[in-house]
Amino acid sequence: MEHALSLFVRSIFVDNMIFAQFLGMCSYLAVSKNVKTSFGLGIAVTFVLVATLPINYLLQVHVLQPGGIFGDMDLTFLSFILFIAVIAAFTQLVEMVVERFSPSLYSALGIFLPLIAVNCAILGGSLFMQQRINYSPDDTRAILSVWDSIVYALGAGLGWMMSIVALSAIREKMEFSNVPKPLQGLGIVFITTGLMAMAFMCFSGLKI
Amino acid sequence: MSNNKEAFLTPLNRNNPVTVQILGICSSLAVTAQLEPALVMGLSVTIIVALSNVVISLLRNTIPVRIRIIVQLLVCAALVTIVSEILKAYAYDVSVQLSVYVGLIITNCILMGRLEAFAMANKPWASFLDGLGNGFGYAIILVIIAFIRELLGSGNLFGIPVIPQSFYDFGYLNCGLMLMAPMALIIIGCIIWVQRAKYPDLD
Repeated sequence: MEHALSLFVRSIFVDNMIFAQFLGMCSYLAVSKNVKTSFGLGIAVTFVLVATLPINYLLQVHVLQPGGIFGDMDLTFLSFILFIAVIAAFTQLVEMVVERFSPSLYSALGIFLPLIAVNCAILGGSLFMQQRINYSPDDTRAILSVWDSIVYALGAGLGWMMSIVALSAIREKMEFSNVPKPLQGLGIVFITTGLMAMAFMCFSGLKI
Repeated sequence: MSNNKEAFLTPLNRNNPVTVQILGICSSLAVTAQLEPALVMGLSVTIIVALSNVVISLLRNTIPVRIRIIVQLLVCAALVTIVSEILKAYAYDVSVQLSVYVGLIITNCILMGRLEAFAMANKPWASFLDGLGNGFGYAIILVIIAFIRELLGSGNLFGIPVIPQSFYDFGYLNCGLMLMAPMALIIIGCIIWVQRAKYPDLD
């Protein structure tokens, strides 16, 4: 329980997807023009992370690693193909289910779902999970069970959502400020993100 | 002919994937603390973009529209797996440094962006050139950032000290902040600033 809690807090603040690992940057920069859409995208990313990470965890432990259903064969070189197939298929599935059963949710979320399949944060979550399986159990970053993988996915997703909502709020305010012409638009967004990342560096010393 | 040339040349500067199209940012930040991994990453991405562009361009008339993203991702994933295995075999140290970011080439937006925007609608040779151009455009930015960060951050280039000892004796210090990830963002911001100041017509 204690382990799960510190894993959760760490994945939100210390190992923040955006500011510490730079994952999901493309949609982070492109979709953060206003708070409402970025909130929607944040929810969608969190949802897909929480759903795909445990699947990929089980695949990694029971199929790819030696000692799984294929005996001693080490199939980890297939992990990229398998993980991305799970993620792409899952987002496609979710898109179709949501479209069929909840048109209002679809109109709010729908446009983001195809984007999410290629969001580095999702695949990055799975690849970091693959690394973290091998960490020693004392390490607060270790992922030791399916539950840990769900907790990690939830934390990573919420951390991503928090960052994109924060940036979009700043960008909404920045509309009114006097930025030099060539720096307007993306230039200033990069620099803002850099400054936010610097602020987040203070969490990196956090011991939990 | 001139179209092919254009497909190759514009991504190097006026239509650069990183600074103008804003694609593939994630990896360009994480691997640029030193020149060597940045160069390897740039080359890997170039090879993968060019080859996957060709494959998708050959398949473009047979892929059903509804599942095209899955098909594209699987082609990329297969190519990335090959490159990652080659790196592990011949450049193990670099592949350890790059860690998960090699795998993340699959979801590098440059790849998907070019496949969607170019390879799905053009012939294989033009797509190949477009892939090469975008790959090099990406690599150039990576190398510029890594050059600045390694030179100012640790006083080295490719791991070889270039700032003379006499500077340090005189009181010069390496700027440790340059090695931290946030500076990469700020450097990209500055590159965009310079580029837009030079070409005011870029949006």
